[in-house]
Amino acid sequence: MTWKQMFTSSIGQKLTMALTGLFLITFLIVHVGLNACIWANDGGQMFNTGANFMGSMLVIRIMEIGLFAGIIIHSIQGLVLNAANNSKRKVGYAVEYGERGSKWYSRSMGLLGTLLLLFLIMHIYHFWVPSRLGGMWSVRPLQEVDYTNGLGKQYHNLYAEMIGVFQNPIVVILYVLGCISLAYHLMHGFESAFRTIGVHNNRYLKMLRYLGRGYSILISIAFAMMPISMYFGWVS
Amino acid sequence: MEHYNMNLTLKIWRQKDAKAKGGFETYQVKNISSEMSFLEMIDVLNEELITEGKDPIAFDHDCREGICGSCSMYINGKPHGPWKATTVCQLHMRAFKDGETVVVEPWRANAFPVVKDLVVDRSAFDRIVQAGGYISVNTGNAVDGNAIPVDKDKADKSFAAAACIACGACVAACKNSSAMLFVSAKVSHLALLPQGQPERKSRAINMVAQMDKEGFGSCTNIGACEATCPKEIRLTNIARLNAEYLSAALTIDREN
Repeated sequence: MTWKQMFTSSIGQKLTMALTGLFLITFLIVHVGLNACIWANDGGQMFNTGANFMGSMLVIRIMEIGLFAGIIIHSIQGLVLNAANNSKRKVGYAVEYGERGSKWYSRSMGLLGTLLLLFLIMHIYHFWVPSRLGGMWSVRPLQEVDYTNGLGKQYHNLYAEMIGVFQNPIVVILYVLGCISLAYHLMHGFESAFRTIGVHNNRYLKMLRYLGRGYSILISIAFAMMPISMYFGWVS
Repeated sequence: MEHYNMNLTLKIWRQKDAKAKGGFETYQVKNISSEMSFLEMIDVLNEELITEGKDPIAFDHDCREGICGSCSMYINGKPHGPWKATTVCQLHMRAFKDGETVVVEPWRANAFPVVKDLVVDRSAFDRIVQAGGYISVNTGNAVDGNAIPVDKDKADKSFAAAACIACGACVAACKNSSAMLFVSAKVSHLALLPQGQPERKSRAINMVAQMDKEGFGSCTNIGACEATCPKEIRLTNIARLNAEYLSAALTIDREN
Protein backbone atom coordinates (compact mmCIF):
# COMPACT_ATOMS: atom_id res chain seq x y z
CA MET A 1 0.00 0.00 0.00
CA THR A 2 1.51 3.31 -1.08
CA TRP A 3 0.29 6.82 -0.30
CA LYS A 4 -0.43 7.19 -4.00
CA GLN A 5 -2.65 4.11 -3.98
CA MET A 6 -4.49 5.47 -0.97
CA PHE A 7 -5.09 8.98 -2.28
CA THR A 8 -6.01 7.88 -5.80
CA SER A 9 -8.56 5.31 -4.59
CA SER A 10 -12.20 6.38 -4.61
CA ILE A 11 -12.33 6.63 -0.81
CA GLY A 12 -8.92 8.33 -0.69
CA GLN A 13 -10.11 11.02 -3.10
CA LYS A 14 -13.20 11.48 -0.98
CA LEU A 15 -10.94 11.84 2.06
CA THR A 16 -9.17 14.71 0.30
CA MET A 17 -12.56 16.33 -0.30
CA ALA A 18 -13.62 15.82 3.31
CA LEU A 19 -10.42 17.10 4.95
CA THR A 20 -10.13 20.18 2.74
CA GLY A 21 -13.88 20.75 3.16
CA LEU A 22 -13.66 20.62 6.95
CA PHE A 23 -10.66 22.96 6.85
CA LEU A 24 -12.67 25.44 4.76
CA ILE A 25 -15.60 25.08 7.17
CA THR A 26 -13.38 26.10 10.09
CA PHE A 27 -11.97 28.96 8.04
CA LEU A 28 -15.49 30.30 7.45
CA ILE A 29 -16.02 30.56 11.23
CA VAL A 30 -12.97 32.84 11.52
CA HIS A 31 -14.03 34.77 8.42
CA VAL A 32 -17.59 35.39 9.58
CA GLY A 33 -16.43 36.28 13.07
CA LEU A 34 -14.00 38.93 11.91
CA ASN A 35 -16.37 40.34 9.32
CA ALA A 36 -19.13 40.64 11.93
CA CYS A 37 -17.05 43.53 13.35
CA ILE A 38 -18.56 45.71 10.60
CA TRP A 39 -21.69 45.78 12.76
CA ALA A 40 -19.84 47.40 15.66
CA ASN A 41 -21.14 50.78 14.35
CA ASP A 42 -17.79 52.48 14.94
CA GLY A 43 -17.17 53.59 11.38
CA GLY A 44 -15.30 50.39 10.68
CA GLN A 45 -12.47 50.88 13.18
CA MET A 46 -12.86 47.47 14.87
CA PHE A 47 -13.15 45.70 11.54
CA ASN A 48 -10.18 47.50 9.95
CA THR A 49 -8.02 46.89 13.01
CA GLY A 50 -8.94 43.20 12.99
CA ALA A 51 -8.32 42.89 9.27
CA ASN A 52 -4.95 44.62 9.71
CA PHE A 53 -4.03 42.15 12.46
CA MET A 54 -4.89 39.23 10.19
CA GLY A 55 -2.97 40.76 7.30
CA SER A 56 0.18 41.58 9.25
CA MET A 57 0.55 38.49 11.45
CA LEU A 58 3.03 35.95 10.14
CA VAL A 59 1.13 32.88 11.38
CA ILE A 60 -2.03 34.01 9.65
CA ARG A 61 -0.16 34.81 6.45
CA ILE A 62 1.33 31.30 6.42
CA MET A 63 -2.13 29.86 7.05
CA GLU A 64 -3.39 31.95 4.14
CA ILE A 65 -1.18 29.87 1.83
CA GLY A 66 -2.85 26.79 3.31
CA LEU A 67 -6.23 28.38 2.68
CA PHE A 68 -5.49 28.94 -1.00
CA ALA A 69 -4.07 25.43 -1.25
CA GLY A 70 -7.22 24.09 0.42
CA ILE A 71 -9.51 25.93 -1.98
CA ILE A 72 -7.51 24.84 -5.04
CA ILE A 73 -7.22 21.18 -3.95
CA HIS A 74 -10.91 21.03 -2.97
CA SER A 75 -11.94 22.54 -6.33
CA ILE A 76 -9.71 20.41 -8.53
CA GLN A 77 -10.38 17.16 -6.68
CA GLY A 78 -14.11 17.94 -6.69
CA LEU A 79 -14.19 18.62 -10.42
CA VAL A 80 -12.14 15.48 -11.12
CA LEU A 81 -14.46 13.30 -9.00
CA ASN A 82 -17.55 14.89 -10.48
CA ALA A 83 -16.38 14.27 -14.04
CA ALA A 84 -15.36 10.69 -13.20
CA ASN A 85 -18.69 9.93 -11.50
CA ASN A 86 -20.66 11.41 -14.39
CA SER A 87 -18.85 9.11 -16.82
CA LYS A 88 -19.83 5.86 -15.04
CA ARG A 89 -23.20 5.48 -16.79
CA LYS A 90 -22.78 5.92 -20.53
CA VAL A 91 -26.33 4.74 -21.34
CA GLY A 92 -28.84 6.52 -19.14
CA TYR A 93 -32.38 5.69 -18.07
CA ALA A 94 -35.55 6.59 -19.96
CA VAL A 95 -37.32 7.18 -16.62
CA GLU A 96 -35.10 9.00 -14.13
CA TYR A 97 -34.68 7.71 -10.58
CA GLY A 98 -35.35 11.19 -9.25
CA GLU A 99 -35.74 12.37 -5.68
CA ARG A 100 -35.97 9.08 -3.79
CA GLY A 101 -33.76 9.08 -0.72
CA SER A 102 -31.71 12.10 -1.76
CA LYS A 103 -32.02 15.88 -1.84
CA TRP A 104 -31.48 17.95 -4.98
CA TYR A 105 -28.60 19.82 -3.37
CA SER A 106 -26.87 16.55 -2.43
CA ARG A 107 -27.00 15.52 -6.07
CA SER A 108 -25.84 18.96 -7.26
CA MET A 109 -22.60 19.41 -5.31
CA GLY A 110 -20.62 19.76 -8.55
CA LEU A 111 -22.86 22.56 -9.79
CA LEU A 112 -23.02 24.32 -6.40
CA GLY A 113 -19.25 23.99 -6.03
CA THR A 114 -18.68 25.48 -9.48
CA LEU A 115 -20.95 28.42 -8.64
CA LEU A 116 -18.99 28.93 -5.41
CA LEU A 117 -15.70 28.84 -7.30
CA LEU A 118 -16.95 31.55 -9.68
CA PHE A 119 -18.17 33.53 -6.68
CA LEU A 120 -14.77 33.15 -5.01
CA ILE A 121 -12.95 34.50 -8.06
CA MET A 122 -15.17 37.61 -7.93
CA HIS A 123 -14.80 37.86 -4.14
CA ILE A 124 -11.00 37.61 -4.22
CA TYR A 125 -10.90 40.20 -7.00
CA HIS A 126 -13.04 42.58 -4.92
CA PHE A 127 -11.15 42.44 -1.63
CA TRP A 128 -8.09 40.22 -1.48
CA VAL A 129 -6.47 41.62 -4.63
CA PRO A 130 -6.56 45.35 -3.69
CA SER A 131 -5.73 44.58 -0.05
CA ARG A 132 -2.70 42.35 -0.72
CA LEU A 133 -1.56 43.47 -4.15
CA GLY A 134 -2.65 47.14 -4.06
CA GLY A 135 0.09 49.34 -5.48
CA MET A 136 1.81 46.46 -7.24
CA TRP A 137 1.46 45.90 -11.00
CA SER A 138 -0.82 48.93 -11.28
CA VAL A 139 -3.42 47.37 -8.98
CA ARG A 140 -5.46 50.13 -7.41
CA PRO A 141 -4.43 50.49 -3.73
CA LEU A 142 -6.94 50.74 -0.89
CA GLN A 143 -7.53 53.96 1.03
CA GLU A 144 -5.52 54.30 4.21
CA VAL A 145 -6.89 55.33 7.57
CA ASP A 146 -5.11 56.34 10.79
CA TYR A 147 -6.53 55.17 14.14
CA THR A 148 -3.45 56.15 16.17
CA ASN A 149 -4.15 59.88 16.63
CA GLY A 150 -1.62 60.89 14.06
CA LEU A 151 1.16 58.54 15.19
CA GLY A 152 1.42 57.49 11.60
CA LYS A 153 0.29 53.87 11.60
CA GLN A 154 -1.88 53.43 8.55
CA TYR A 155 -4.58 50.79 8.17
CA HIS A 156 -6.15 49.62 4.92
CA ASN A 157 -9.69 50.95 4.91
CA LEU A 158 -11.34 47.67 3.90
CA TYR A 159 -14.53 48.88 5.53
CA ALA A 160 -14.79 51.79 3.08
CA GLU A 161 -13.94 49.37 0.28
CA MET A 162 -16.84 47.10 1.32
CA ILE A 163 -19.26 50.00 1.41
CA GLY A 164 -18.04 51.06 -2.02
CA VAL A 165 -18.32 47.59 -3.57
CA PHE A 166 -21.76 46.96 -2.07
CA GLN A 167 -23.30 50.12 -3.51
CA ASN A 168 -23.81 48.19 -6.74
CA PRO A 169 -27.10 46.25 -6.47
CA ILE A 170 -25.92 43.64 -9.01
CA VAL A 171 -22.88 42.87 -6.85
CA VAL A 172 -25.14 42.59 -3.78
CA ILE A 173 -27.42 40.15 -5.62
CA LEU A 174 -24.42 38.08 -6.79
CA TYR A 175 -23.11 37.93 -3.21
CA VAL A 176 -26.51 36.84 -1.88
CA LEU A 177 -26.72 34.16 -4.60
CA GLY A 178 -23.21 33.07 -3.58
CA CYS A 179 -24.40 32.75 0.03
CA ILE A 180 -27.42 30.68 -1.05
CA SER A 181 -25.10 28.35 -3.00
CA LEU A 182 -22.89 28.15 0.09
CA ALA A 183 -25.85 27.25 2.33
CA TYR A 184 -26.92 24.34 0.12
CA HIS A 185 -23.33 23.22 -0.53
CA LEU A 186 -22.69 23.05 3.22
CA MET A 187 -26.07 21.51 3.97
CA HIS A 188 -24.79 18.36 2.26
CA GLY A 189 -21.05 18.84 2.62
CA PHE A 190 -20.89 19.26 6.39
CA GLU A 191 -22.50 15.91 7.25
CA SER A 192 -21.04 14.13 4.22
CA ALA A 193 -17.49 15.11 5.22
CA PHE A 194 -17.91 13.43 8.59
CA ARG A 195 -19.38 10.32 6.98
CA THR A 196 -16.40 10.20 4.62
CA ILE A 197 -13.85 10.35 7.42
CA GLY A 198 -15.68 7.38 8.90
CA VAL A 199 -18.11 8.62 11.57
CA HIS A 200 -20.68 5.82 11.65
CA ASN A 201 -22.01 6.02 15.19
CA ASN A 202 -25.68 6.93 14.78
CA ARG A 203 -25.72 9.17 17.86
CA TYR A 204 -22.94 11.31 16.42
CA LEU A 205 -24.36 11.23 12.90
CA LYS A 206 -27.67 12.58 14.19
CA MET A 207 -25.90 15.32 16.13
CA LEU A 208 -23.76 16.22 13.12
CA ARG A 209 -26.83 16.39 10.88
CA TYR A 210 -28.48 19.04 13.05
CA LEU A 211 -25.19 20.80 13.72
CA GLY A 212 -24.51 20.87 9.97
CA ARG A 213 -27.90 22.30 9.13
CA GLY A 214 -27.62 24.94 11.84
CA TYR A 215 -24.11 25.89 10.78
CA SER A 216 -25.00 26.06 7.06
CA ILE A 217 -28.03 28.28 7.59
CA LEU A 218 -26.55 30.59 10.24
CA ILE A 219 -23.22 31.18 8.55
CA SER A 220 -24.84 31.83 5.16
CA ILE A 221 -27.36 34.27 6.61
CA ALA A 222 -24.59 36.09 8.49
CA PHE A 223 -22.52 36.44 5.31
CA ALA A 224 -25.52 37.46 3.20
CA MET A 225 -26.47 40.17 5.71
CA MET A 226 -23.10 41.90 5.19
CA PRO A 227 -23.65 43.18 1.63
CA ILE A 228 -27.35 43.69 2.35
CA SER A 229 -26.80 45.83 5.44
CA MET A 230 -24.14 47.88 3.65
CA TYR A 231 -26.30 48.42 0.57
CA PHE A 232 -29.25 49.62 2.64
CA GLY A 233 -27.02 51.71 4.90
CA TRP A 234 -27.87 49.85 8.10
CA VAL A 235 -24.32 50.29 9.36
CA SER A 236 -22.61 53.57 10.00
CA MET B 1 -57.17 -7.27 -0.84
CA GLU B 2 -59.65 -7.53 -3.64
CA HIS B 3 -58.59 -9.43 -6.70
CA TYR B 4 -58.86 -7.75 -10.10
CA ASN B 5 -57.61 -8.24 -13.64
CA MET B 6 -55.86 -5.55 -15.61
CA ASN B 7 -54.63 -4.65 -19.06
CA LEU B 8 -51.24 -2.98 -19.25
CA THR B 9 -49.00 -1.33 -21.80
CA LEU B 10 -45.40 -2.43 -21.32
CA LYS B 11 -42.41 -0.60 -22.71
CA ILE B 12 -39.54 -3.02 -22.39
CA TRP B 13 -35.88 -2.56 -23.31
CA ARG B 14 -34.90 -5.07 -26.01
CA GLN B 15 -31.28 -5.55 -26.96
CA LYS B 16 -30.08 -8.50 -29.03
CA ASP B 17 -26.63 -8.77 -27.47
CA ALA B 18 -23.95 -6.74 -25.71
CA LYS B 19 -22.87 -5.01 -28.91
CA ALA B 20 -26.27 -4.37 -30.47
CA LYS B 21 -28.00 -1.02 -30.15
CA GLY B 22 -31.09 -1.61 -28.04
CA GLY B 23 -34.43 0.14 -27.95
CA PHE B 24 -37.86 0.06 -26.34
CA GLU B 25 -40.55 -2.30 -27.64
CA THR B 26 -44.18 -1.77 -26.70
CA TYR B 27 -46.33 -4.75 -25.67
CA GLN B 28 -49.97 -5.01 -24.63
CA VAL B 29 -50.77 -7.58 -21.95
CA LYS B 30 -54.36 -8.47 -21.15
CA ASN B 31 -56.20 -10.02 -18.20
CA ILE B 32 -53.26 -9.90 -15.85
CA SER B 33 -54.23 -11.01 -12.35
CA SER B 34 -53.47 -8.63 -9.50
CA GLU B 35 -52.18 -11.65 -7.56
CA MET B 36 -49.42 -12.43 -10.06
CA SER B 37 -45.85 -11.44 -9.41
CA PHE B 38 -44.19 -9.08 -11.88
CA LEU B 39 -42.02 -11.91 -13.19
CA GLU B 40 -45.08 -14.14 -13.71
CA MET B 41 -46.59 -11.35 -15.76
CA ILE B 42 -43.43 -11.32 -17.92
CA ASP B 43 -43.70 -15.14 -18.13
CA VAL B 44 -47.24 -14.75 -19.54
CA LEU B 45 -45.98 -12.23 -22.08
CA ASN B 46 -43.07 -14.51 -23.02
CA GLU B 47 -45.44 -17.46 -23.57
CA GLU B 48 -47.37 -15.29 -26.02
CA LEU B 49 -44.17 -14.20 -27.76
CA ILE B 50 -43.01 -17.82 -28.09
CA THR B 51 -46.39 -18.84 -29.50
CA GLU B 52 -46.09 -16.06 -32.05
CA GLY B 53 -42.62 -17.34 -32.96
CA LYS B 54 -40.88 -14.28 -31.53
CA ASP B 55 -37.84 -14.04 -29.30
CA PRO B 56 -38.93 -14.03 -25.63
CA ILE B 57 -37.67 -11.28 -23.32
CA ALA B 58 -34.48 -12.33 -21.54
CA PHE B 59 -34.42 -11.52 -17.81
CA ASP B 60 -32.55 -12.80 -14.75
CA HIS B 61 -34.39 -14.75 -12.08
CA ASP B 62 -33.75 -17.70 -9.83
CA CYS B 63 -35.34 -18.29 -6.42
CA ARG B 64 -38.37 -16.01 -6.86
CA GLU B 65 -38.45 -15.77 -3.07
CA GLY B 66 -36.65 -12.46 -2.75
CA ILE B 67 -33.40 -13.90 -1.41
CA CYS B 68 -31.10 -14.78 -4.33
CA GLY B 69 -30.52 -11.34 -5.81
CA SER B 70 -30.92 -12.48 -9.43
CA CYS B 71 -33.85 -10.38 -10.53
CA SER B 72 -32.87 -6.95 -11.75
CA MET B 73 -35.46 -4.83 -13.48
CA TYR B 74 -35.64 -1.06 -13.34
CA ILE B 75 -39.39 -0.45 -13.34
CA ASN B 76 -40.89 3.03 -13.80
CA GLY B 77 -37.72 4.73 -12.65
CA LYS B 78 -36.87 2.52 -9.66
CA PRO B 79 -34.82 -0.66 -9.30
CA HIS B 80 -37.15 -3.52 -8.33
CA GLY B 81 -40.22 -1.37 -8.94
CA PRO B 82 -42.42 0.84 -6.79
CA TRP B 83 -42.62 -1.12 -3.54
CA LYS B 84 -40.26 -0.50 -0.65
CA ALA B 85 -37.88 -3.28 0.47
CA THR B 86 -39.05 -5.63 -2.29
CA THR B 87 -37.33 -7.51 -5.09
CA VAL B 88 -38.99 -7.71 -8.52
CA CYS B 89 -39.99 -11.33 -7.95
CA GLN B 90 -41.88 -10.29 -4.81
CA LEU B 91 -43.44 -7.27 -6.51
CA HIS B 92 -47.07 -8.12 -7.19
CA MET B 93 -49.24 -6.79 -9.95
CA ARG B 94 -51.61 -5.16 -7.45
CA ALA B 95 -48.96 -2.44 -7.37
CA PHE B 96 -50.34 -1.38 -10.77
CA LYS B 97 -53.67 -0.05 -11.98
CA ASP B 98 -55.66 -1.17 -15.01
CA GLY B 99 -54.57 0.68 -18.16
CA GLU B 100 -51.23 1.79 -16.73
CA THR B 101 -48.06 2.06 -18.82
CA VAL B 102 -45.04 0.37 -17.26
CA VAL B 103 -41.49 1.08 -18.44
CA VAL B 104 -38.94 -1.70 -17.81
CA GLU B 105 -35.21 -1.11 -18.24
CA PRO B 106 -32.08 -3.05 -17.33
CA TRP B 107 -29.66 -1.84 -14.59
CA ARG B 108 -27.61 0.96 -16.14
CA ALA B 109 -23.91 1.24 -15.28
CA ASN B 110 -20.73 0.84 -17.30
CA ALA B 111 -19.67 -1.82 -14.79
CA PHE B 112 -22.90 -3.76 -15.50
CA PRO B 113 -22.91 -4.17 -19.31
CA VAL B 114 -26.14 -5.43 -20.87
CA VAL B 115 -25.87 -9.06 -21.99
CA LYS B 116 -29.31 -9.26 -23.57
CA ASP B 117 -32.60 -7.39 -23.06
CA LEU B 118 -32.93 -7.00 -19.28
CA VAL B 119 -29.99 -9.21 -18.35
CA VAL B 120 -26.83 -7.44 -17.22
CA ASP B 121 -23.42 -8.88 -16.40
CA ARG B 122 -22.93 -8.46 -12.63
CA SER B 123 -19.76 -10.56 -12.39
CA ALA B 124 -17.98 -7.39 -11.20
CA PHE B 125 -19.62 -8.07 -7.82
CA ASP B 126 -18.25 -11.63 -7.81
CA ARG B 127 -14.75 -10.31 -8.43
CA ILE B 128 -15.10 -7.78 -5.61
CA VAL B 129 -16.11 -10.57 -3.21
CA GLN B 130 -13.23 -12.73 -4.47
CA ALA B 131 -10.87 -9.87 -3.64
CA GLY B 132 -11.64 -10.08 0.09
CA GLY B 133 -15.24 -10.83 0.97
CA TYR B 134 -14.40 -14.03 2.82
CA ILE B 135 -12.74 -15.39 5.95
CA SER B 136 -10.08 -18.10 6.00
CA VAL B 137 -10.71 -21.04 8.31
CA ASN B 138 -8.89 -24.32 8.76
CA THR B 139 -10.59 -27.47 7.63
CA GLY B 140 -11.45 -30.17 10.15
CA ASN B 141 -14.29 -30.67 12.57
CA ALA B 142 -16.82 -27.90 12.80
CA VAL B 143 -16.03 -25.58 15.72
CA ASP B 144 -18.69 -25.18 18.39
CA GLY B 145 -20.88 -22.23 17.37
CA ASN B 146 -20.59 -20.59 20.79
CA ALA B 147 -16.82 -21.04 21.18
CA ILE B 148 -16.14 -17.37 20.34
CA PRO B 149 -18.29 -14.85 22.19
CA VAL B 150 -19.91 -12.23 19.94
CA ASP B 151 -21.39 -9.00 21.24
CA LYS B 152 -25.15 -9.00 20.58
CA ASP B 153 -25.19 -5.47 19.21
CA LYS B 154 -22.41 -6.24 16.75
CA ALA B 155 -23.98 -9.56 15.78
CA ASP B 156 -27.24 -7.76 14.95
CA LYS B 157 -25.46 -5.11 12.86
CA SER B 158 -23.41 -7.78 11.10
CA PHE B 159 -26.54 -9.80 10.35
CA ALA B 160 -28.34 -6.73 8.99
CA ALA B 161 -25.39 -6.11 6.64
CA ALA B 162 -25.21 -9.80 5.68
CA ALA B 163 -28.79 -9.53 4.41
CA CYS B 164 -27.36 -7.93 1.23
CA ILE B 165 -28.24 -10.19 -1.71
CA ALA B 166 -25.83 -8.48 -4.12
CA CYS B 167 -28.57 -7.65 -6.62
CA GLY B 168 -26.92 -4.37 -7.67
CA ALA B 169 -29.97 -2.15 -7.15
CA CYS B 170 -27.76 0.29 -5.20
CA VAL B 171 -25.54 0.74 -8.26
CA ALA B 172 -28.59 1.07 -10.52
CA ALA B 173 -30.07 3.80 -8.31
CA CYS B 174 -26.87 5.76 -7.67
CA LYS B 175 -26.21 8.79 -9.86
CA ASN B 176 -22.50 7.87 -9.71
CA SER B 177 -23.09 4.15 -10.35
CA SER B 178 -21.26 3.58 -7.08
CA ALA B 179 -21.10 0.11 -5.54
CA MET B 180 -20.30 1.44 -2.07
CA LEU B 181 -23.51 0.20 -0.41
CA PHE B 182 -22.80 -3.34 -1.63
CA VAL B 183 -19.11 -3.27 -0.68
CA SER B 184 -19.87 -1.64 2.66
CA ALA B 185 -22.42 -4.37 3.47
CA LYS B 186 -19.90 -7.10 2.67
CA VAL B 187 -17.07 -5.43 4.61
CA SER B 188 -19.32 -4.57 7.60
CA HIS B 189 -20.69 -8.09 7.75
CA LEU B 190 -17.22 -9.52 8.41
CA ALA B 191 -15.52 -6.57 10.15
CA LEU B 192 -18.08 -6.70 12.97
CA LEU B 193 -17.44 -10.35 13.77
CA PRO B 194 -14.43 -11.88 15.53
CA GLN B 195 -14.02 -14.33 12.65
CA GLY B 196 -13.43 -11.41 10.30
CA GLN B 197 -10.56 -9.86 12.28
CA PRO B 198 -7.48 -11.64 10.81
CA GLU B 199 -8.10 -10.30 7.28
CA ARG B 200 -9.83 -7.11 8.32
CA LYS B 201 -7.37 -4.58 6.89
CA SER B 202 -6.49 -6.34 3.65
CA ARG B 203 -10.17 -7.08 3.05
CA ALA B 204 -11.18 -3.42 3.09
CA ILE B 205 -8.23 -2.37 0.93
CA ASN B 206 -8.54 -5.19 -1.61
CA MET B 207 -12.30 -4.96 -2.02
CA VAL B 208 -12.20 -1.18 -2.52
CA ALA B 209 -9.32 -1.55 -5.00
CA GLN B 210 -11.31 -4.11 -6.99
CA MET B 211 -14.43 -1.93 -6.82
CA ASP B 212 -12.49 0.97 -8.33
CA LYS B 213 -10.95 -1.30 -10.97
CA GLU B 214 -14.38 -2.52 -12.08
CA GLY B 215 -15.38 1.02 -13.01
CA PHE B 216 -17.90 1.93 -10.32
CA GLY B 217 -18.16 5.57 -9.26
CA SER B 218 -17.34 6.99 -5.85
CA CYS B 219 -19.84 7.61 -3.07
CA THR B 220 -21.21 11.11 -2.45
CA ASN B 221 -23.40 10.10 0.52
CA ILE B 222 -26.66 11.17 -1.12
CA GLY B 223 -28.75 8.21 0.10
CA ALA B 224 -30.44 7.09 -3.15
CA CYS B 225 -29.10 3.55 -2.66
CA GLU B 226 -30.54 3.17 0.82
CA ALA B 227 -33.98 4.22 -0.43
CA THR B 228 -34.01 1.52 -3.10
CA CYS B 229 -32.30 -1.43 -1.39
CA PRO B 230 -34.66 -4.42 -1.23
CA LYS B 231 -32.89 -5.59 1.93
CA GLU B 232 -32.81 -2.15 3.56
CA ILE B 233 -29.04 -2.03 3.95
CA ARG B 234 -28.31 1.18 5.84
CA LEU B 235 -26.20 4.07 4.60
CA THR B 236 -24.30 3.91 7.92
CA ASN B 237 -22.49 0.89 6.51
CA ILE B 238 -20.81 3.17 3.97
CA ALA B 239 -19.48 5.40 6.75
CA ARG B 240 -18.24 2.23 8.48
CA LEU B 241 -16.51 1.13 5.27
CA ASN B 242 -14.84 4.55 5.06
CA ALA B 243 -13.55 4.08 8.61
CA GLU B 244 -12.43 0.51 7.86
CA TYR B 245 -10.68 1.54 4.66
CA LEU B 246 -8.97 4.65 6.02
CA SER B 247 -7.73 3.02 9.21
CA ALA B 248 -6.44 0.10 7.15
CA ALA B 249 -4.84 2.27 4.48
CA LEU B 250 -3.17 4.50 7.08
CA THR B 251 -1.73 1.66 9.16
CA ILE B 252 -1.15 -1.37 6.93
CA ASP B 253 2.50 -2.10 6.14
CA ARG B 254 2.82 -4.15 2.98
CA GLU B 255 4.63 -3.81 -0.29
CA ASN B 256 1.82 -3.98 -2.83
